[in-house]
Amino acid sequence: MEILMSFVIGILFTAATYLILSKSLLRIIIGTGLLSHGAHLLLLTMGGLKRGAAPLLGEEAPTYSDPLPQALILTAIVISFGVTSFFLVLAYRSYKELGTDNMDNLRGNDRHE
Amino acid sequence: MSLLHWAILSPFIMALFVPLFYKKFRSIHTGWFVLILPILLFIYFFQFIGDTMNGRNIIESVGWIPSIGINFVAYVDGLGLLFALLITGIGSLVILYSIYYLSKDKEAIHNFYVYLLMFMGAMLGVVLSDNVLVLYTFWELTSLSSFLLIGYWYQREKSRYGAQKSMLITVFGGLSMLAGFILLSIMTNTFSIREMISQVATLPEHTLFIPAMLLILLGAFTKSAQFPFHIWLPDAMEAPTPVSAYLHSATMVKAGIYLVARLSPIFAGSAEWFWIVSTVGIITLFWGSFTAVKQTDLKAILAFSTISQLGMIMSLLGLGSAALHYDHLDKNIYMAATVAAVFHLINHATFKGSLFMVVGIVDHETGTRDIRKLGGLMGIMPITFTLAVIGSFAMAGIPPFNGFLSKEMFFTGVVNAASLDIFNMQTWGALFPIIAWIASIFTFIYSMILVFKTFTGKYQPEKLDVKPHEAPIGMLIPPIILASLVIIFGPFANILSQSIIEPAMAAIQPSLLGENGSYHVHIYYWHGWNTELFMTIGVIAIGTLLFISLLKWSKVYDLFPKRLTLNNLYDGGLVALERSSFKINKFYMTGFIRDYLVMIFAFMIVLLMSALFVKDAFAFTTTNSAPIGIYEVVLTLVLLAGTITILFAKSRLTSIISLGVVGYSVSLFFVLFRAPDLALTQLIVETVSVALFLLCFYHLPELQIKPKSLKFRLPNLIISLGVGTLVTLLALSANGSKLFESISSYFVEASYKEAGGKNMVNVILVDFRGFDTLFEIAVLGIAALGIFAMIRLRLTRGKEG
Repeated sequence: MEILMSFVIGILFTAATYLILSKSLLRIIIGTGLLSHGAHLLLLTMGGLKRGAAPLLGEEAPTYSDPLPQALILTAIVISFGVTSFFLVLAYRSYKELGTDNMDNLRGNDRHE
Repeated sequence: MSLLHWAILSPFIMALFVPLFYKKFRSIHTGWFVLILPILLFIYFFQFIGDTMNGRNIIESVGWIPSIGINFVAYVDGLGLLFALLITGIGSLVILYSIYYLSKDKEAIHNFYVYLLMFMGAMLGVVLSDNVLVLYTFWELTSLSSFLLIGYWYQREKSRYGAQKSMLITVFGGLSMLAGFILLSIMTNTFSIREMISQVATLPEHTLFIPAMLLILLGAFTKSAQFPFHIWLPDAMEAPTPVSAYLHSATMVKAGIYLVARLSPIFAGSAEWFWIVSTVGIITLFWGSFTAVKQTDLKAILAFSTISQLGMIMSLLGLGSAALHYDHLDKNIYMAATVAAVFHLINHATFKGSLFMVVGIVDHETGTRDIRKLGGLMGIMPITFTLAVIGSFAMAGIPPFNGFLSKEMFFTGVVNAASLDIFNMQTWGALFPIIAWIASIFTFIYSMILVFKTFTGKYQPEKLDVKPHEAPIGMLIPPIILASLVIIFGPFANILSQSIIEPAMAAIQPSLLGENGSYHVHIYYWHGWNTELFMTIGVIAIGTLLFISLLKWSKVYDLFPKRLTLNNLYDGGLVALERSSFKINKFYMTGFIRDYLVMIFAFMIVLLMSALFVKDAFAFTTTNSAPIGIYEVVLTLVLLAGTITILFAKSRLTSIISLGVVGYSVSLFFVLFRAPDLALTQLIVETVSVALFLLCFYHLPELQIKPKSLKFRLPNLIISLGVGTLVTLLALSANGSKLFESISSYFVEASYKEAGGKNMVNVILVDFRGFDTLFEIAVLGIAALGIFAMIRLRLTRGKEG
């Protein structure tokens, strides 16, 4: 299962990178979303999959799946949600102010800083 | 801190008070206050002569950074004392001269004296320091204060250009010298020059010996304006004339000479040292004197003349190093070269200082330094004319002045060099006397130009802005003192030989000391009818002929292409450097975020992939894997379908919904992998995100569906495939090589016993690792505030807001 997940994560990263490299701001944000999904799944996979019951002591199972990666992912999900929503509003505002969502036009240069 | 340390630092302390004197006593020229210090210092240093004559050297140490062996060690020996006397003696004269040269009402003289005192202190520090790092510190201070002095009239563009040029070149040399010093201290494990000299027996075998020598020589050559680094000196003539007289003839440019002489005991034994120092010196000598003849500006003539004379001293120091290879002190004729170097060093400081002052007087009283406008001033300025004759004839090497003696000794040195039987000198040594002789002819010519084009010939008052007259007496005193020294050191040169030259020789060539630990130097004023005398007669005869026929052959200089000069090389080099760095920046700093991302990803791929394969870290195993069930396969397919739809989506709605599909399938994965809290959170977050996406995208434009060229897509595709492969490989190999067990068994055991909770994930979040959660809350809070601020704050368009 870990091997299958490794490939799935690889595909998610490929798609995310491709989207991030595109011109449209919209696709870049979607790319970051995919990238965080990939990273979360990678965290979970690296902790080992299906090693036992859900990490709830009430289950009274002989083994539990690793709770630590889950806690880490939970933190990561919330943080990436915060950052994504900020990024989205930033994209919205920059489109309103600058009138374009094309990254090639949103180019900084020496003349206006 | 001993008195010696205070003496070295006193100019810096004095510099602090100069602005005060300037402000409080506006009616008195600030220079009078400053003048006291160098005179006191000169008297103070003069009393050391008795000690150094008897071979006693004074060492005073004070801790600076003792933990790494950097101490301010002041060390007075013959060589250091010679320079200290030059610095303070000529310093006093220059300050006296500057009082009359610079007007207290029109010039910012407080700046001038602060810079000049800073320079004097730095120079004293250079010549009296035993610790190489302290020496380097003072060395850079001389560069800095010289920069400030050259740029004294900062309103003029030429001053700024000259200051920048000298700064770039001397600091370049200074930095390489620092590297050389560090190499030396690595070899000898000390920062003290005396201790380095004591280890000289083992040094030449060391691999760092030659690099250290080259780097230090680079520092000495740039400071002393040796070929091809001499180009900064003529441009430094934009400084006020007292500065040129002090820094650019008598003291600072001799710092490189000092360094070569000081480190001679360490390096002089090797063939490389002999060849580099003497060859560079003789080339500089020739080139300087050759170029000086074609100058029309008096100060430019003197600048090139300084370059040439410095080259002469340098080549003498190089030739003198040959003496180390002959043990018999009494018959060691090669030592004569070092004696000549020290003697000429003193002579040059006297006559060049006075000549600069003379030129300054001419400039001051006529308003120009251009020899084409000057002429016939002999009757108007008789004292100045006499001084110019004494200085120039000494420079040309005409008896009875001191320059004659040092020129004779120089010829002795080069003639002896031709008979050297070491370092393959048999073949090339013959060139030394020939080049030296031709260079002396040119020296003679420009010395004559200096006197006769300025003071004789036709008087052209219509070309002069002011009516010329003799200078005030105060301005004449310093050059008169120097010129009288020029005359005294001629017939009575031996007053110097025992008091100054012998102790200095002991410092330069300590291994050749006689039985009683001293040298015996005697300068013969009349040394018989020998080769050197005939060479001098030839110089005077041919020089006179060439000077008379100057107009006929001066077209020779036009033969050289004007574009192919070292100055053009320097200027072009700077421009090329600026342009190419601009182009390189322009090339990779495109301003497109995509390009930067491509670079970041590409480097990441290359670095991590190569690390993976170089270290042979790729490991692949299926032993620990969980079994694959049917649900997982189906879910995988859904997730991949969602991902691929995003890639090919043509409308924004499709892509948002596909992103939602991916998010929900991730939360289903969390369900399958026994992570209920994650599944819950992921479901909620995904729902809110999709809603937010929809809200925002409503205001964003449609996806632009322009068919993009393959040229644009292909690199992106390669990069993204690379990233994907990299992540997969990393995941597989991390999974395949588990090094140790997880620490989570502790959480399983302790979450109820110690924290009283049964949901392990929640216990970790709020109890075991509560800090993470605290700051994650902070992140959310900041994001919320940021979004609020971004929407509400309209600082650029206040009216529409």
